[in-house]
Amino acid sequence: MRLHVDWTRCDGHGACAELLPELMDTDDWGFPIMRGEERDPAVAVALENHARRAVKACPVQALRLLG
Amino acid sequence: MTEALWALGRGTGVVALGMFTLTLVLGIVSRSGRDAGGLGRFGVAELHRTAALTGVGLIAVHLGSLLFDPYAQLRLFDMVVPFAGSYRPLFLGLGTLAVDLLVVVTGVSLLRHTVGPRVFRAVHWLTYALWPVALVHALGIGTDAGSLWMDAVALTCVTAVTAAVGWRLTSSYAERGRERTPRLVSR
Amino acid sequence: MTDLLPGPDDPTVAAPRGPDRLLGPDHAAPIPQLDTTSLLALVEEAGLTGRGGAGFPTARKLLSVSGRSSGLSSGRARVTRPVVVGNAMEGEPLSHKDAVLLTQAPHLVVEGLVLLGTTLRARRMVLAVGPEIQTGPVTAAARGTRVEVRQLTGGFVAGQESALVNQLNGRAGVPTDPLVPVFRRGVDDRPTLVLNAETLAQLALVARYGPAWFRAQGTTADPGTFLTTISGSDRSLVRHPGVLEVSRGTTLRTALKAAGTDLPRVAAVLVGGYHGAWVPAAALDTPLSRDGLRPFGASPGAGVLHALAVEACPLQTAAAVTHYLAGQSARQCGPCLNGLPRIAQTLRGLAVPGASAELVVEVERLRVLVTGRGACAHPDGTARFVASTMRIFSRHVEDHLKGYCHAATR
Repeated sequence: MRLHVDWTRCDGHGACAELLPELMDTDDWGFPIMRGEERDPAVAVALENHARRAVKACPVQALRLLG
Repeated sequence: MTEALWALGRGTGVVALGMFTLTLVLGIVSRSGRDAGGLGRFGVAELHRTAALTGVGLIAVHLGSLLFDPYAQLRLFDMVVPFAGSYRPLFLGLGTLAVDLLVVVTGVSLLRHTVGPRVFRAVHWLTYALWPVALVHALGIGTDAGSLWMDAVALTCVTAVTAAVGWRLTSSYAERGRERTPRLVSR
Repeated sequence: MTDLLPGPDDPTVAAPRGPDRLLGPDHAAPIPQLDTTSLLALVEEAGLTGRGGAGFPTARKLLSVSGRSSGLSSGRARVTRPVVVGNAMEGEPLSHKDAVLLTQAPHLVVEGLVLLGTTLRARRMVLAVGPEIQTGPVTAAARGTRVEVRQLTGGFVAGQESALVNQLNGRAGVPTDPLVPVFRRGVDDRPTLVLNAETLAQLALVARYGPAWFRAQGTTADPGTFLTTISGSDRSLVRHPGVLEVSRGTTLRTALKAAGTDLPRVAAVLVGGYHGAWVPAAALDTPLSRDGLRPFGASPGAGVLHALAVEACPLQTAAAVTHYLAGQSARQCGPCLNGLPRIAQTLRGLAVPGASAELVVEVERLRVLVTGRGACAHPDGTARFVASTMRIFSRHVEDHLKGYCHAATR
């Protein structure tokens, strides 16, 4: 399972980074930034529920889980 | 019994108005992307949702109590079709209109992952119509209309919404509390 | 100073010093009819890669819309008919090859498009042309064919695949999330194949003369020829700026000489355009091929070769380029929209002698921050250009930090 950001939708609301701080931080302007090297990082099994919650929390539905 | 039902109807109505006022204000705070009161951005959004759904629940009881109250003489028809009632048709009709709007907004919001962000956002604008309609309904309907405490409640709600909407219209709102350029949304 | 680097003001063909395939005499031989298998084999064997910038193997792109790559059995009756699109948007200001190609040999581009469209049973064949390009010759060449010539609005990002497809679909010409690539759903919701105009022209020649002919020029790993647009940072540096067809693997020195470049005055050459990288003067014998340019973080790309004079300040140049690139953002994605102007501003600060060393750290931080965080490669390309500038001109950066700039003393 991978986490994907649709950058054309993302408006830097930031709820995602609050709910999934293991994978995401925010940049100077509030947009999420992945902590690792991958653009669409893999989500560890232990974090799957948190990831789902983060996806649901995005007010503009910019997040998706792949696979 | 009928007095109890009438009181329940009035009570749930007033509290629901308070809930929707809180919902609207929290919606504006949430949209701003700011972390308010240490709740976190996700917390503000969830509180916005909880207040809204609480309001919906209260309205369900509001409608139910009035439906079963023989004094109120509310028909099921009047709960869906506005301005056809016999008791204070204008203000009652506004209440019905508010319920209609509420059903649409709530339905689409609960199904937002199915309808997509554009439809969700477009329908959500209706909340700016829903709130004033509900407010005017509350002011003119029922036996509390014109009473001092009712006016005080209404004034509080109006003040809160005016302040929030006023803030929404300032240019600094878009920056989300940090220096950034708002995006161009092409779709 | 102006924000744009001076490009060739008269994009004519420079003195021919190489193969005359694309811009040479007319090719009268007819193009054979091909079935999909033969076409795929032909292109694969020739080793043709995209001439629009990314340099993707063309055979693989063809495969993605032919209905064969997804493991569909040949017995499947209904395969969505694709749309083939020729990309002549030429959003890169330093590039003029598509304009020249469409003026001098538009029939090659049309033929390539028709060949692809016919073989792949395309529902539509569209040639998307940028606003700066004269459509007269190509419209005439397309007459009697199914090719639709569409002149679209431009901009640096307008030629990006999904942005182009969006414009053709009547929407704003900005990129979409790459999650669903255009070869799966594009124009009219059909699988869409987008190839650069020059790639199509090369294809038309490969179909005529075969893969061995194509491979007679260029290197084994990077065969064929390509169109370069050669320009200089001032009028006297490159005396015959313009579009030149060269074999892949030709050295930078040879190409520049053909354009009448005053080689001793060259400090470095920007290869690949504003999203490219610098090759320093000491390395002018670098072959113009993917392998040859890779050590510099560059690639042949769309063939832009822009020489910077030793008298110019490379940091002022970089500040101007990044300012332009920031203005060309599609403004959809936060990191690009906010990050690129900050990079430009930081470089503007560095371009002043006596700049603070913090700015060097900040440039690097911002460069990393914008990379990989957008719907298209605009921030990534900008970051690449900036990284190359800071690396190749590190001595000049040090000079600026010490309060000195050789360009300012002239």
